[in-house]
Amino acid sequence: MTKPVLLVTRRLPEAVEARAAQAFDARLNEADTPRSGADVARLAAGADAILCCPAEKLDAAAIAALPASVRAIGTFSVGFDHIDIAAAAARGIAVCNTPDVLSVATAECAMLLILAAARRAVEGERLVRAGLWTGWAPTQLIGTGVSGRRLGIFGLGRIGRELARMARGFGMTVHYLDQQRLPEALEQGAVFHASDASFLPVCDVLSLHAPGGEGTRGWLNAERIARLPRGAVVANAARGTLVDDAALIAALRSGQVAAAGLDVYNNEPALHPGYLGLENVVLLPHLGSATRETRDAMGFLVLDGIAAVLAGREPGNLVRV
Amino acid sequence: MPKPRLLVAALLPDAVTDRAAAEFDALIHRGANDMTAAEAACAARAHAAQAILFVNTLRFDAAVIAAMPPGLRIGATCSVGFDHIDVDAARAAGVIVTNTPGVLDECTADFAFMLLLAAARRAHEYDALMRAGWGFRIGQGDMLGIRVSGQTLGLLGMGRIGRAMARRARGFGMRVLYHARHRLPPEDEEGATWFPEFRAMLPHCRFLSLHAPSTPATAGIVNAETLALLPRGAVLVNTARGGLVDEDALLAALTSGQLFAAGLDVFRDEPGYDRRFAALPNVFLTPHIGSGSVETRNAMGFRALDNIAAVLSGGAPIDPLWR
Repeated sequence: MTKPVLLVTRRLPEAVEARAAQAFDARLNEADTPRSGADVARLAAGADAILCCPAEKLDAAAIAALPASVRAIGTFSVGFDHIDIAAAAARGIAVCNTPDVLSVATAECAMLLILAAARRAVEGERLVRAGLWTGWAPTQLIGTGVSGRRLGIFGLGRIGRELARMARGFGMTVHYLDQQRLPEALEQGAVFHASDASFLPVCDVLSLHAPGGEGTRGWLNAERIARLPRGAVVANAARGTLVDDAALIAALRSGQVAAAGLDVYNNEPALHPGYLGLENVVLLPHLGSATRETRDAMGFLVLDGIAAVLAGREPGNLVRV
Repeated sequence: MPKPRLLVAALLPDAVTDRAAAEFDALIHRGANDMTAAEAACAARAHAAQAILFVNTLRFDAAVIAAMPPGLRIGATCSVGFDHIDVDAARAAGVIVTNTPGVLDECTADFAFMLLLAAARRAHEYDALMRAGWGFRIGQGDMLGIRVSGQTLGLLGMGRIGRAMARRARGFGMRVLYHARHRLPPEDEEGATWFPEFRAMLPHCRFLSLHAPSTPATAGIVNAETLALLPRGAVLVNTARGGLVDEDALLAALTSGQLFAAGLDVFRDEPGYDRRFAALPNVFLTPHIGSGSVETRNAMGFRALDNIAAVLSGGAPIDPLWR
């Protein structure tokens, strides 16, 4: 029996490519050449399935241009904003993604951002590397304590709940703002807030874990920042669009926000230049899920989903219209 | 009744010096740097100080103690470590010496866990890339870190800071092992596994965090031989003392890949640390700021003042270096 043909649009972790090559007649992109939606459609000639990445825009036109042989698209991501799901469904193409498996790595990233921002760690790192460390002083690089403080989580989904679990080990009390209250089993003692008015003033540390999109665009704006306790710490490992950059930069300058840790930005990989000159921000290049273990798990999950679709089964990670 | 006379010889947070000024007849040093030993002795005599508050920038040795005014009853260091104090000389001179244990455990454990995450998640490389302007796509298989959750953490030393570290690790679903001379009671162990032999623990440790004092028994305990016992690609965290580590061996392990990364807040020489570390991408280096939060630094200063107040009012010190 011949293996189904799988187009892999970009370089993926070795273990994932190895498994793709084993289970499929895989067309890999060894040079890691960027692909447009039109490229994908052209390269998919004769393919049964496509494993794509968020950089490729598979809009209605690209979907319409796909050959009839394509029955499944797997995306190496949780998000699927880059795929026109309705257009795919109309053509009978199933789409699957990588939910759940990167929750832990992303929550770890958020905890790193919180700790590093609060404790001025990256500022200290630069000072040491530059050879500017002149001695120990009780007043040098003093940051904000984390243990025992109040952590506010905007969006208590899977990642937010993982973060809450980690934060409890640091003796933090957890508050959350969400559209509705979660069952107690999922809350694990976290305090629900239905409004900004009660939520924001308790956030010694605020971590964003809400979805992106128009409904939350610029959520962290000047008005909301003003309601945080003075000297709060802000972390964002979710979506860059949640933050009004100009407002956050102004607050980092004024001291209303003591420090911020960011893994995601508006207009990646360009980011607001105002961040680059600030000492009190920790900046990571959108690598919240970037652990070997997580990336491998993402790849295996999406390969399993594609294989299930091609075998006529419905995978658990099928994206529903 | 006149207030007792105190010399504050180091630069301390405002909340601490404010309290010192309110409760004591305090001579508070101002300036760009802490007092030198000569300045401190001179100021203490001029002020007829009964107490001196200092940090580890002052070597409180036999010569300095001999130069202190005869009425000096207590030297309080605003630190946990007391490598800078000649305990025998102080004792012989009848000067009580105290430190500030117990108030910085949580803060130091926070910092140690931050270093663990920063090392595992390549925070130095990522930050450097960002400060250089980013602007390029990072492939799905590129610049990957290693996951922390669910892995095994070994602790050298299971005192208050080690136990605080273990509590944080459990929030990440980590399995916790520890080596200490004596096994802890179960309520302090909280499920951690004791290894009577340090070496026997190492093959299990994807992460190793040091929380032991530097003593003749622990000096250089992390060396070429013990690093080789760790699984390949392990991560080392040190917020305890630089003297625990053979830095040549550590540099070799970081270069060879035996260690994936290290997070270091302490070094053999501070602040003049071995600059070969600065050339490595896979280290996260911080300038001995494990206890550096406002709340903790204030608490340390207050604890030192509590010790001074206790002794000068005729009571026993709270944190004497000897009993």
